[in-house]
Amino acid sequence: MDSREAILGALRRNAPAPADLPDLSGLGAKHADPVRQFEESLAGVGGACLRVPDIAAADAALRKIPFYAGARKVISLVPGLGRADLDFESIPHPHALQDLDVAVLPGDFAVAENGAVWLEGRRLHHRAIFVITDHLVLVVGVGEIVADMHEAYARLEGREPAYGLFISGPSKTADIEQALVIGAQGARSCTVFLVG
Amino acid sequence: MPTVGLFIPCYVEQFYPQVGVATLEVLERHGVRAEYPEDQTCCGQPMANSGCASDAQPLAEHFLRLFRGYDYVVAPSGSCVSMIRHHYDQFLGRQPGFEHLRRSTYELCEFLTDVQGVSSLKGRFPHKVGLHQSCHGLRELRLGSGSERRVPPFSKVRSLLEGLEGIRLVDLARPDECCGFGGTFAVNEEAVSCMMGHDRLADHERAGAEIVTAVDMSCLMHLEGLIRREKRPLRVMHVAEVLAESGA
Amino acid sequence: MGHPEAAARFVADDAKAHWHDQAVWWIRQKRDQAASAVPDWEALRTAAAAIKAHTLSRLAPYLEEFEAKAVALGARVHWARDAVEHNALVHGILAERGITRLVKSKSMLTEECHLNPYLEARGIEVVDTDLGERIVQLAREPPSHIVMPAIHKKKEEIGELFHEHLHTERGASDPKYLTEAARQHLRHKFLEAGAGLSGVNFAVAETGAIVVCTNEGNADMGTSLPPVHIACMGVEKLVPRQRDLGVFLRLLARSATGQPLTAYTTHFHGPRRGGELHIVIVDNGRTALLGDPLFRRSLSCIRCGACMNTCPVYRRSGGYSYAYTVPGPIGSILAPMRDPARFATLPFASSLCGSCSDVCPVRIDLHHELLSLRQEIARRRLLPWTKRLGIKVAARMLAAPSLYRLSGFLARRILSALPRALVYADWNIWGRQRELPPLPRESFRTLYRRRRGQS
Repeated sequence: MDSREAILGALRRNAPAPADLPDLSGLGAKHADPVRQFEESLAGVGGACLRVPDIAAADAALRKIPFYAGARKVISLVPGLGRADLDFESIPHPHALQDLDVAVLPGDFAVAENGAVWLEGRRLHHRAIFVITDHLVLVVGVGEIVADMHEAYARLEGREPAYGLFISGPSKTADIEQALVIGAQGARSCTVFLVG
Repeated sequence: MPTVGLFIPCYVEQFYPQVGVATLEVLERHGVRAEYPEDQTCCGQPMANSGCASDAQPLAEHFLRLFRGYDYVVAPSGSCVSMIRHHYDQFLGRQPGFEHLRRSTYELCEFLTDVQGVSSLKGRFPHKVGLHQSCHGLRELRLGSGSERRVPPFSKVRSLLEGLEGIRLVDLARPDECCGFGGTFAVNEEAVSCMMGHDRLADHERAGAEIVTAVDMSCLMHLEGLIRREKRPLRVMHVAEVLAESGA
Repeated sequence: MGHPEAAARFVADDAKAHWHDQAVWWIRQKRDQAASAVPDWEALRTAAAAIKAHTLSRLAPYLEEFEAKAVALGARVHWARDAVEHNALVHGILAERGITRLVKSKSMLTEECHLNPYLEARGIEVVDTDLGERIVQLAREPPSHIVMPAIHKKKEEIGELFHEHLHTERGASDPKYLTEAARQHLRHKFLEAGAGLSGVNFAVAETGAIVVCTNEGNADMGTSLPPVHIACMGVEKLVPRQRDLGVFLRLLARSATGQPLTAYTTHFHGPRRGGELHIVIVDNGRTALLGDPLFRRSLSCIRCGACMNTCPVYRRSGGYSYAYTVPGPIGSILAPMRDPARFATLPFASSLCGSCSDVCPVRIDLHHELLSLRQEIARRRLLPWTKRLGIKVAARMLAAPSLYRLSGFLARRILSALPRALVYADWNIWGRQRELPPLPRESFRTLYRRRRGQS
């Protein structure tokens, strides 16, 4: 008998009595001001939130941020925001991104309770871009903020299964004596523009 | 008039009889004349905790025989009551009288608050007191909300003490960390047990307590052992003794 | 060496033991703060427990559904009965492709299977990329905590380690400086690797997704630079539907480190374009655990580490005292279930305070399971004969009221009369650091009779 059959057979034999799935409808966070809550949550995880009326304003604000002003290599997948020093789609191998200073990526929606932004993977020609870059900039419409993870998954419900992730602030670690260090392996900073 | 059986933990019977006397006094002051069945010995917790369930079986049966006739059973111990309420069904299952026994056995403070309906006490205890939240009383009997759970805060024991005139309940850094007694744990893991006890005492001292109180004399026996060996400026009193002395 | 001896050694270094205790307690406090910000926290725990109970009752059909969906998305799914098969499978995937450099993100399952030494013996360079894991890997030590593997190490020790292996400055111990050095060092490893291996925090039956949560981003780096991604999961990692993730993700990071979410929560649906995704599903004793009604709830564990952070014994004895991949309360159930004789002391390495059960996000009744496990250990005759004898003697005495009364009376009288040196001799373990309780002349029974006017 192969391992698959052995394992599945044992699981069937040892299965406990049936138990129903619970009703999840009563769960969830309520925020009086979801935008404010998102800003606070993002700050709490080491990220920065900037509210701007439109992309042009975001672009003006971005150019003033020190890490951007001093950046030699930038890739932006958000038209009108930042520059695109490299043609992302024609880069043959993600290793070429290793000295990327800034990545500007479009976020789908944001989650108030934890400062997260959902990043759809479909547009990412190379997935590594968001983690290999030194600084990460995400752009989300201010109307696209959901309260919590239940609402987040309600939004994702029914979509064709594809690669994607929640990014909540910059890369971090506290593995050395509990001291929080921002910028472990991935982005050293995470800036979210809330547009609109 | 409901009948109340007094259940005295074995170590109180032998080493801290005054806690039993204080329990009787407090109950009497609240209109309860408890009766002490003299043939009681031990609830069997040390056996069960050692994994020797079969050795606890006869003790559980003996306990049921002695106490089944009472309307209520009251004990000055969260740990022993937890044994009856949560761990006796393995031994007594469907035996007649067990279901009633399980539901009518109470630790002293919860008996006062839940059955006698006492919400505050009139008495005087002008001392700085550290309340040690004995684990079984707290997390098994839910005498209080505990620091782990996100539920509306409450503490049956605290509610009885805080109304006493002159009492100052000190603020501990870790309000409900275990003292390290844990039954046979106190001997099996002596090093960790004593470090836990030392840490509790240091917390109480730093908070300015003169007296450490709890609903379980077992915790206090362990803490007092450490206090006396190191000659720390603390003393222990069971909650029953505090209430009895306060005149409440 | 059982837990008591190992723990005593740990405790003997009083300063270090207190430092470790305070460091880990701090994480419990952060967990408390994070949980207070979630009004429906207890309802979430109840929902999580119920989802797991449901899933465990239908694990086989859900795994089949998961496999079908994952395969349809282009993943390869492998099944391993035990650690040996798991290691051989992982090695096989690498060897077939001529891959000799592997980067790994955290996977307690691969620790459990001792994958690293297996691969290294076969010429594969394995680099653990989680910072804590890299630290213990360089130190040639196992992790001492499942979420913070190097929690037992001071920054000076880590500084020395990095000086030796990463050529950082001698004596440098600033966490920022050391982390930056690790970043540069690990970046090379990511770029050179032929494959990346990750654990799986959750596998979703409905969609065939695997979800990986990290704070550093090392799983993302390690699985997006090399073309081959190997994901190892225990059979119990499944959740039925994508929306169930909402419940677990709201609980996981808050329980583990006090954050509302990990920095990266990545959903993989099949391989990336031009790459491969291999999912290795592992039993290694889990199906047996499922069959045990007393302990099957342990399979709900989402490996958050909250139980060990709150455990007053873990904090004062350290992960190594448990001598198992997973320490603390959950480890004290998993280890003896795997090997009762070897780990017989673990269920007793607990005061049964119950704090672990109250922080467990999936409501595993940890302290009750530990008590049940003690009975299992006793039933298998794995208790030391001295303890068994002592309990039998005590039980006999306690079952006979007059014998009990006499014994109590004699004990109090005799102990009071003996010289201190005899009472507090070596045999008296209680008496090493504590005075014995007072030895009153009269028992409660005597006082009761006097009070109630009986003769």
